[in-house]
Amino acid sequence: MIPRHLQIAIGILLLSVLGMGFYVGRIRGRAQQAEPAADSRPVAPPAPGPSESVTLYVANDAGGILRAQASSIPLPSARQQRAEELLRALLDIYLGKDSPHPLAVGSEVRAVYLVDPGLVVIDLNAAFANGHRSGVLEEELTVTSMIQTLAANIPDILRVKFLVEGKERDTLAGHADLSTMYDTIAVSQLVAQMQ
Amino acid sequence: MRPWACLHTAARVFALVLTVAIVPLHSADEKHIVIYGPGTTFSLPVLDRDGREYVGLLECLEPLGTVNARIEGTHWKLRYNDGESDFTASKNRARVRGHDMDFPGNFLLENNRGLVPLVSLGTLLPRILNTPVSFNPVSRRLFAGNVATHFTAQLSKTTPPRLVMNFTAPVNPTIATEPGRLRMSFTREPLVAPGTPTLTFDDKSIPSATYVENNGVAEVTVNGNAPLMASFSNDGRTITVSPVPQQPATPAPATAAALNSPAAPIPGNAPKTVPASATHYYAVIDPSHGGDDRGAALSDSLAEKDITLALARRLRQEFESRGIPTLVLRDSDLNVPLDERAAQTNTAHPTIYVSLHAASDGKGVRLYTALLPSGVENNGPFVAWDTAQTRSLPISKATAQNVAAEFQRRQLPVRTLQAPLRPLNNLTTAAIAVEVAPASGDIADLTQPAYQQNVASCIATAIAAMHNQLGGPP
Repeated sequence: MIPRHLQIAIGILLLSVLGMGFYVGRIRGRAQQAEPAADSRPVAPPAPGPSESVTLYVANDAGGILRAQASSIPLPSARQQRAEELLRALLDIYLGKDSPHPLAVGSEVRAVYLVDPGLVVIDLNAAFANGHRSGVLEEELTVTSMIQTLAANIPDILRVKFLVEGKERDTLAGHADLSTMYDTIAVSQLVAQMQ
Repeated sequence: MRPWACLHTAARVFALVLTVAIVPLHSADEKHIVIYGPGTTFSLPVLDRDGREYVGLLECLEPLGTVNARIEGTHWKLRYNDGESDFTASKNRARVRGHDMDFPGNFLLENNRGLVPLVSLGTLLPRILNTPVSFNPVSRRLFAGNVATHFTAQLSKTTPPRLVMNFTAPVNPTIATEPGRLRMSFTREPLVAPGTPTLTFDDKSIPSATYVENNGVAEVTVNGNAPLMASFSNDGRTITVSPVPQQPATPAPATAAALNSPAAPIPGNAPKTVPASATHYYAVIDPSHGGDDRGAALSDSLAEKDITLALARRLRQEFESRGIPTLVLRDSDLNVPLDERAAQTNTAHPTIYVSLHAASDGKGVRLYTALLPSGVENNGPFVAWDTAQTRSLPISKATAQNVAAEFQRRQLPVRTLQAPLRPLNNLTTAAIAVEVAPASGDIADLTQPAYQQNVASCIATAIAAMHNQLGGPP
């Protein structure tokens, strides 16, 4: 026969274990709710400034063309931040559902630097370049859409240079030359052929 | 400074610049095997696996005949011409044309690629090819069939003395000189050793010559007590080595002898000093990618580099059947850096350069010319590396348009564009790139011989038709 005081102690312990289990379960549920869902799109910092009408040059793999697409996005007043926001808006389209020109998950523009006079340096992350599909046209569409989007919306951009993780790289994915400075006039003429 | 001294100095500077500019196809440190077959010479990388040297078997056979391979479980089944062979992954025994044979190491399957121990080629290839094979695993040179080029060397005791070397087939070695010796490197010729590796001559000016072979290259070094020069005659079948004349007013022979570049045979029987760029190829074909650079993954098992090589071989055949001398920048699975492709092409001074690419997206063929900055002009004797194409861009575009017209005539979808695609912008000659996508959207089109042949035929027909525009008949 178990003494009465032991029965009471065991009962209290069992109740405590059950209570703790219930409490831990609630906490874990809340933590999972608080975690954001995995999102491959680049995280856009809040962009102060009113929305402005811009023209994005969006690549379309189906026809191998670039399409000028009017859009309204909030843009800050500083040129450098404007350039970053423009490219983020473009990448949002490429990384979204039903993308006309899919990029690799995690593709991101790390930074855009405006170096006077007229030189823009676009620093891509490793996921962008390493995961990019290989092919002359696919890579050309990516490069020209980014350059033309900047040139069409920010005046006085003459040349564009690409870096990957802050370093020089020969090609985007085996074809499009990243070692060179792109001349925006030449790219504009090319874009006219690609529309 | 006296005029002859100026000329001599200028010649030395010119030789130095050319020596630096002409880049070898691959690093001397990389291990290679060179295979000589009837009408073809190609080199393949040698891979180290578990301390043993291996080589891709399919790559060894592709230039020699019709070959295909398929995988069935752990079995790698190879068909060469009419013979079947069956290899098993991680086993050292295979069945070749109905006979079992053992290897000194296991057969390896890597990414659907069959690798065999290098030393096994001497016994394996005779059975697969059904032809005699001679293989030197130390120097990594393999001769398939009766392709060897022999030579004799005889000293003629004239004044000055001349070492006359006669070859059984035309040769075109790379020639380099250094104090007291003249070195001839035979990278493409199936040259074999004379009776003795060291030849001695009873002469003070040219006392000896030695033959060595290593890493796929045969080398003949002529030792001398004075600067030596080489001249070719007899359609490249005779090389005459003699001391450089002492008259300082003729710097050209010294320049030619010092060039570290391929020297072309000169027709005719009279010995002539070799000019720097006597070899003239009308067309240069550049199969993009190669080696570790697989290019686009066209499917799980199909790499862009393999399609471009197959297309290049067909295009070379198409050009040569039209009498167009053609140089293919890589005729095996080698990774050639872009700068080296450009340097090789610019050194060869061809009339047209064709780069080949393949893609899985889209339909038909896309033709590209260089995308250059606007308003760039190369004035004077030097051109900027990044914009070297500037002067040739109009003729490049005209070529692309003509090739496009031929594709349209054959009802193949075609598009012309400019592209930031190296090395197009680094080339001083007419240059186009051809990106071949499936004709119907089915990736299997790219491996179809009929489709490849049609593409190659279109390009060759269009280019041959514009020989006047491109600069004279081929």
